[in-house]
Amino acid sequence: MSVVTLTVNDELVSAQAGQSLLAVLKELGLEIPTLCHLEGLSERGGCRLCLVEVEGNNKLLPACVTPVQEGMVVTTHSDRLVKYRRMILELLFAERNHVCAVCVMNGRCELQANAASIGMDHVRYDYLSPDLPMDASHDRFVLDHNRCILCTRCVRVCDEIEGAHVWDVMGRGVNSRIIADLNQPWGTSTSCTNCGKCVQVCPTGALHARGATVAEMEKQHDFLRWILDGREKKQWEHNR
Amino acid sequence: MSRTITIDPVTRIEGHAKITIYLDNDGQVEDARFHVTEFRGFEKFCEGRSFWEMPGITARICGICPVSHLLASSKAGDAILGVRIPPTAEKLRRLMNWGQLVQSHALSFFHLSAPDLLLGMESDPAQRNIAGLIAKYPDIARNGIRLRRFGQEIIRILGGQSVHPAWTVPGGVREPLSNDHRNQIKRMLPEAFDIIGLALDLFKEAAEDLQEEAQVYGNFPSLYMGLVTPDGGLEHYDGVLRVVDSGGKVLEAGFPPERYRDIIGEAVEPWSYLKFPYYKPYAYGGPSYYKMGMYRVGPLARVNICDRAGTPKADEELRAFRQLSPKDKPVASSFYYHYARLIEILFSLEKIAETVEDPTITNARVRSHADVNQLVGVGVSEAPRGTLFHEYHVNEDGILQKVNLIIATGQNNLAMNRTVQQIARQYIRNGEITEGVLNRIEHGIRTYDPCLSCSTHAVGQMPMHVTVIAADGTVVSERTRG
Ligand code: SF4
Ligand code: SF4
Ligand code: FES
Repeated sequence: MSVVTLTVNDELVSAQAGQSLLAVLKELGLEIPTLCHLEGLSERGGCRLCLVEVEGNNKLLPACVTPVQEGMVVTTHSDRLVKYRRMILELLFAERNHVCAVCVMNGRCELQANAASIGMDHVRYDYLSPDLPMDASHDRFVLDHNRCILCTRCVRVCDEIEGAHVWDVMGRGVNSRIIADLNQPWGTSTSCTNCGKCVQVCPTGALHARGATVAEMEKQHDFLRWILDGREKKQWEHNR
Repeated sequence: MSRTITIDPVTRIEGHAKITIYLDNDGQVEDARFHVTEFRGFEKFCEGRSFWEMPGITARICGICPVSHLLASSKAGDAILGVRIPPTAEKLRRLMNWGQLVQSHALSFFHLSAPDLLLGMESDPAQRNIAGLIAKYPDIARNGIRLRRFGQEIIRILGGQSVHPAWTVPGGVREPLSNDHRNQIKRMLPEAFDIIGLALDLFKEAAEDLQEEAQVYGNFPSLYMGLVTPDGGLEHYDGVLRVVDSGGKVLEAGFPPERYRDIIGEAVEPWSYLKFPYYKPYAYGGPSYYKMGMYRVGPLARVNICDRAGTPKADEELRAFRQLSPKDKPVASSFYYHYARLIEILFSLEKIAETVEDPTITNARVRSHADVNQLVGVGVSEAPRGTLFHEYHVNEDGILQKVNLIIATGQNNLAMNRTVQQIARQYIRNGEITEGVLNRIEHGIRTYDPCLSCSTHAVGQMPMHVTVIAADGTVVSERTRG
């Protein structure tokens, strides 16, 4: 495997060709905020929170979907980056109804944690306050569109890991919605296996266990690593 | 033509209050209105959410008595689940409710009322506050803070945080009580008992000098409503509804709380956003006669309607309280809300002491699990300020279709208006509003300890339109905001 050399925050580092910039930055121990990225799932590059500055590029680049390149000069923290990351978070809060105080994920939410760590103490944009439903038709889980940030982690985990592909995104832009099967109540989905993987990977309170009360929801991502390792080592293939 | 005097704002009650006093042609007080002009929209706002979230959401309506909403909401949730919660969970919920009563009543008595009671109604407004109280009676102020903290500590111990503990949930409570925490509560009790003893002495002493006030601070016949235990004891968490009239006649001995709509109507007036609940059977002539069904809730009502408190010290104090009114009649003056609050603190302390000795109080099984089994749930409990009703209608998935909340301060709305009118008649001469008059009206309202931001929670800043209309129907003045 070929090795490339790049500069990150004025330091020379080496990485393997083909690695994503985000992976390299994480190996270096740098704190890069992310939301749509989740170790073990394919990258989407949708939330734009992992933006970094790359010399020679006017645009900021999302680290999760940018492959490392020989000679790259990368800056991960700057006033400009903080400004944009904060703006992105504020827009996420303004777009739907995030009422942390009464949310099932209060205290454990990745969106909330990102906002807190960047020092976002208020939102400068007008709240859209859309009138969005909760889908509580499933026996075990609830989808609350009010808290969804359209990261599509649920879509990817269901498709790539569980293999059921219950979830999709319908509509465009601000009208986008996560939908089950052919846009039907989740409880009526014939493809859902009730595995709960989507609930566990959802970074916010959008997907949660039925019956969860305020600040009561906890999520575990560990299973992803565990499943992927098992598959890699062919732990579950007996007849070959 | 009438002259209209507007006093705004009434200080030291949470939320905004606006009062209009109508004078007749001779400059005498004819009528008084206590307007609540905040926008209500809370019930609507909950529709579409899940009933599971409601304890947490409704606890946020009111930063003043979040525990009461938690309890009423959890009870409505229990009803939707159709479960009996584990006995220990019920005891823990009661424990938290008593903690809430102590802290809320201590705040009302020591912080919001004692300055008036001890420094005088006509005293300098710059001094007539908690700082003035500390300056003159440092011990009393400190005791108030200590007693309040006792109640807050109980809430904090149980709920993990004192302001918005989302700890009671449909089906029970989230966390059991540890033995350490039980002991911690036990250790705090003796001081709390000492303080309430002092407060009772203090009130009785002050009341001797305030006999005139006791006569006009909401001294009129009305009905009284609240929960009692099935055998007529003082109750704050569950039990049955009782309604008693001004002569002491029991109109409803043990009405099922979930059927409250059969006896309680809600009237609306164009001049206030706060509804006027009334006792339906007394509005013989139909809803427009709703004022006939005026009832009071809260501490005064509760100690008036019960046959006994059910704990030795509170029962002793209750006997003294009953002396205020002859022939088994309820005590009619709202001035004695203060006294009733102190009796309830004493009662709560006794109940807390009893409950922490209960060997089952630290049981680990505190939550029953179920899903939607009933599409309607009603939860009723006694908040510090009076009876609190939560009624939820859900679909099969538990999503709220309709929410109705009746809050204590609303139920005292008619009586508060009457009280303001009575005080205004007694103290306003020639339409002149002296500092003393202001103080007295404030105090009259504060006997009810209203939580206005609670009853008419402001979802946003609603544009306001204020119109003043004279007796002959002409608009004297008109103002639009926003
Ligand atoms: S999902 Fe996260 S950010 Fe949104 S309301 Fe819940 S805790 Fe707050
Ligand atoms: S439901 Fe959760 S995981 Fe799915 S897109 Fe929305 S926020 Fe992401
Ligand atoms: S984490 Fe890179 S774009 Fe979302």
